[in-house]
Amino acid sequence: MMRFMLLFSRQGKLRLQKWYTATAERDKKKMVRDLMQIVLARKPKMCSFLEWRDLKIVYKRYASLYFCCAVEEQDNELITLEVIHRFVELLDKYFGSVCELDIIFNFEKAYFILDEFLMGGEIQDTSKKSVLKAIEQSDLLQEEDESPRSVLEEMGLA
Amino acid sequence: MALKIVKGSIDRMFDKNLQDLVRGIRNHKEDEAKYISTCIDEIKQELKQDNIAVKANAVCKLTYLQMLGYDVSWAAFNIVEVMSSSKFTYKRIGYLAASQCFHESTDVIMLTTNQIRKDLSSPNQYDTGVALTGLSCFVTPDLARDLANDIMTLMSHTKPYIRKKAVLIMYKVFLKYPESLRPAFPRLKEKLEDPDPGVQSAAVNVICELARRNPKNYLSLAPLFFKLMTSSTNNWVLIKIIKLFGALTPLEPRLGKKLIEPLTNLIHRALDLLYGMVSKKNLMEIVKKLMLHVDKAEGTTYRDELLTKIIDICSQSNYQYITNFEWYISILVELTRLEGTRHGHLIASQMLDVAIRVKAIRIFAVAQMATLLDNAHLLTGNMQRNGICEVLYAAAWICGEFSEHLENPMQTLEAMLRPKVATLPGHIQAVYVQNAAKLFSTVLKSQEGSTEGTAAQETSQLMIDRLPLFVQSANLEVQERASCILQLVKYIQKLQQKEVEVAEEVSALFAGELNPVAPKAQKKVPVPEGLDLDAWINEPPSESESEDEQPKAIFAKEEPKHSRSRHTEVDEKELARRREARKQEQANNPFYIKASPSSQKVYQESPGVEHIPVVQIDLTVPLKVPGLPMSDQYLKLEEERRQKERADKKKKEKKKRKEKRSGRGRRHDSGPESEEDITPAHMVDIVTEEMPETYILPTPDNRLLTMSSTSIFLFFFIEQKSSKHKKKKQKKEKEEKEKKKKKKHHHHHRHHSDGGADESVQNGTVEDEEPLPVSMCLTLNHKVCDIQGNLQDGSQVVVSVIFENKCDSLLKSMEFNVLDSLNSKLQRPEGSGPHDGFTVPFQLPPGVSNEARLVFTVQSIVMPQKMKGTLTFIVKNEDSSIHEKLDFKLHFTCTSYLITTPCYSDAFAKLLESGDLKCSSVRLEEVNMPFHHLLARICFHHHFSVVERIDSCASMYSRSIQGHHVCLLVKTTVSIDAKCDEPTLLGNVLDEIKQTFSQC
Repeated sequence: MMRFMLLFSRQGKLRLQKWYTATAERDKKKMVRDLMQIVLARKPKMCSFLEWRDLKIVYKRYASLYFCCAVEEQDNELITLEVIHRFVELLDKYFGSVCELDIIFNFEKAYFILDEFLMGGEIQDTSKKSVLKAIEQSDLLQEEDESPRSVLEEMGLA
Repeated sequence: MALKIVKGSIDRMFDKNLQDLVRGIRNHKEDEAKYISTCIDEIKQELKQDNIAVKANAVCKLTYLQMLGYDVSWAAFNIVEVMSSSKFTYKRIGYLAASQCFHESTDVIMLTTNQIRKDLSSPNQYDTGVALTGLSCFVTPDLARDLANDIMTLMSHTKPYIRKKAVLIMYKVFLKYPESLRPAFPRLKEKLEDPDPGVQSAAVNVICELARRNPKNYLSLAPLFFKLMTSSTNNWVLIKIIKLFGALTPLEPRLGKKLIEPLTNLIHRALDLLYGMVSKKNLMEIVKKLMLHVDKAEGTTYRDELLTKIIDICSQSNYQYITNFEWYISILVELTRLEGTRHGHLIASQMLDVAIRVKAIRIFAVAQMATLLDNAHLLTGNMQRNGICEVLYAAAWICGEFSEHLENPMQTLEAMLRPKVATLPGHIQAVYVQNAAKLFSTVLKSQEGSTEGTAAQETSQLMIDRLPLFVQSANLEVQERASCILQLVKYIQKLQQKEVEVAEEVSALFAGELNPVAPKAQKKVPVPEGLDLDAWINEPPSESESEDEQPKAIFAKEEPKHSRSRHTEVDEKELARRREARKQEQANNPFYIKASPSSQKVYQESPGVEHIPVVQIDLTVPLKVPGLPMSDQYLKLEEERRQKERADKKKKEKKKRKEKRSGRGRRHDSGPESEEDITPAHMVDIVTEEMPETYILPTPDNRLLTMSSTSIFLFFFIEQKSSKHKKKKQKKEKEEKEKKKKKKHHHHHRHHSDGGADESVQNGTVEDEEPLPVSMCLTLNHKVCDIQGNLQDGSQVVVSVIFENKCDSLLKSMEFNVLDSLNSKLQRPEGSGPHDGFTVPFQLPPGVSNEARLVFTVQSIVMPQKMKGTLTFIVKNEDSSIHEKLDFKLHFTCTSYLITTPCYSDAFAKLLESGDLKCSSVRLEEVNMPFHHLLARICFHHHFSVVERIDSCASMYSRSIQGHHVCLLVKTTVSIDAKCDEPTLLGNVLDEIKQTFSQC
């Protein structure tokens, strides 16, 4: 099971975090800080896997953004790497050649995508199509909610 | 009330939304904390309003701030409020905030139970979805207890979207409230066979997780998982299932046996990849890993497969990747310890090849082979043909031929003349006898030199005593050689008794070195004058003679079945008569020995092997033959050697750097050593006339991507060399400068520089500046290394382009564009025109590389295609920026549309019989490589998989992204017969294969 996933920039700014086990806020902060330090210090040619505390860390850098997952000892690192790649592909499909700014400004969307792909630290659906469909449908639902609500209407003027 | 609403809405127009907040934070880098505290104050105000939209916006902003590390626990109740909104937009935000901020000790969680229950039973599946997703993050024991029933019901929901989420969350529920497991389990098990693949994989995930904690409770599910494993095509699920079996097999040993076949099938695919992955740097490590698997492997088939792969990998491209041959010899020696392998012959030929071609290794090899001969009794337990005793052939030959390197030739000679040798297969005995004679000559030489005449005579006596055993051999070759040598030795003994020195003359028998001959050397021999090679010496033979050269039945163009069936129609009587006649003939034949015990053994290897009771000997320590090296130690030594080399190199480089301050070009100075840096410890005598072209393969880290995504790899290296002769050039006069301008110009407008028009097009921007800061020299280097289509969509090809910036400036605003053809089109982002480029979503600082993925839609895949394209980008220096452009061609080969697909031999046969496929064939000229290399190369470069291999031919299969079947029959005569349901595609694939082999 995946314990958590972090996205952070080369400058060490956290862009996304998802914890699949309840963790106290203080511990989270410390873990994020430690891990970022370790991963950012690694050279590009070094291995994408490392052991850290009782966990295995799998990370991959895409442009300026590091995608970093912590999985349990018995988990397979390669499949985790695939999970990261698949998530990036999903983001890419959704945002249309995704960049760091897309994730910063639409971070809730990024979370929604992640939640459709992984749940409780397990892969929910391996099909890109069905994940994107679910997101699209929910977005449509959201637009239906929002569109009739113009400001004028709310003021009772329309 | 109305006023309040109006007020709220007006306020809302001035509220910050999330984007404003993010932008604000980015603009207040210096006083971020202060800015955020004012933002939090605003949010607090917003949360006080009744308007749910305002609240949701505030909560959304809080979620962002929480990620930045600010405490937002004070807003927990507001989050619950937003969660409870009836509007999906707000509910979504509420649940997201809750899943990020809530944990078990958040006290408001207990207020949410009813709300969550309500959402779970909402008619809208997305309401249920967000509730489940949120709950999976913050579920507490209380929530789990209260909601277990509701979730269990959802596992049977009509919508697969809900089912899969419900299944996944059940795991969390089990963890928090274990009592729920028993009632929920039957339903969970049912989900393993859910019609929806998503639900199925979710169920596999959950059960695998559970089974890891307590495997023995899940043994009963093994048959179900086995079925899934053999039927599922989903790799993600397969990996999980295999992991699960890993936990189950220790509890149920019978499972292991069942798993061998499906697992080896999977492993074969991985092994094929390894062939392309090795480099000088990782070869030893990879082989070490494989050797571990060899030791652990159960089942000879798999072990043999590993063995051939190890040898394939090591020997590819003339041992290109081997840096230490002592290591390789020890690997080969270690491989001889495998029981029951069929590949003794392969190992033997490698030993011979290496010992002959790598001169420096001979001393070591000879010592190793002598030990092997000495311990021959360990190998000869297995008398099967092609069994491991084949290596004794190589051992005897090497010890004989290079006997001058032997430390104790006498001992080896004795080992070669042991009575037990007579139980070896004939051809090996023959080599023993011949090489015993060679050894004998060496021994004589040393003994005569040391003036002990009696010793030399004793040696001759030993030969005379032992050789008669071989003279009696049933094998003619052995008989002939033995009696010839026996007579020779007898004569020598006579001379010795007359105290004549004979050693010199005896060794003259074997003088001269056997040199390897290049496969193409024949071409270099000049044709003697007057010899016409094209003229017939005899009358040309009639055409009907070449019967055995006809392709196998399955590939034949006409209907050879006819003639075949006629053969089999011979009636029983006739057969019986022939059998009788044959027996009679054999009985009268003096050289025919009836059914000897050893020949019977040969026939025993067929299917029934499993039933032979085998005593398992439990050895915790591996059997080690004394004196044989362990290859591992070489790994360590090699590591040390390289480290030392690296250190030396660094020293040198430092010196160099001091000398050369001018700094020309960037070196890859950071990171570990590169491939070329590793110098081999021994050189191979490469006897092909030209070095094989080195294959430019993707580096291992890129390979990860090739494995994960089926894609084309293209590398762009953008290189800028700063002109180090800048000053020199400046000195030169106008003429020279003019030239330079033209050259520059050429780079800028490469697409329409036809030579003559140069002057007129000059737009005088850069050219006017007197001394150019650097002269740009852009080189484009793209190589299509591995091309694959998208299996999910038959009309898509994904191209992964790796851009590497090799210059010292930042590259930005890269735009990638191709000229669409009728057949292939670049998929552009929505809303852009058909000629717009694809904006590369990143910039490249110096020395950085990155990958962009482009999707092409392709209509027809039967023809290869080239597409022209350009890459435009801005080179940004400290003081200026220049717009640059590079032209390139993308080559979509037909191979790139093929996907490696395994195929079983029966399915393969059916496919060929179906008659839907068209035939074609091709001959590969001048290919000189071992057959298994040839196959490996076709597999690797052209995405085929081997279906079956029988002696001199192999059938191979692949499938295109649009479902065309491509079948090959490859023969050792290097001809390929092929069948495919699309003749054009087939023709092109064959051309590509031919091309691959013409390059080597």
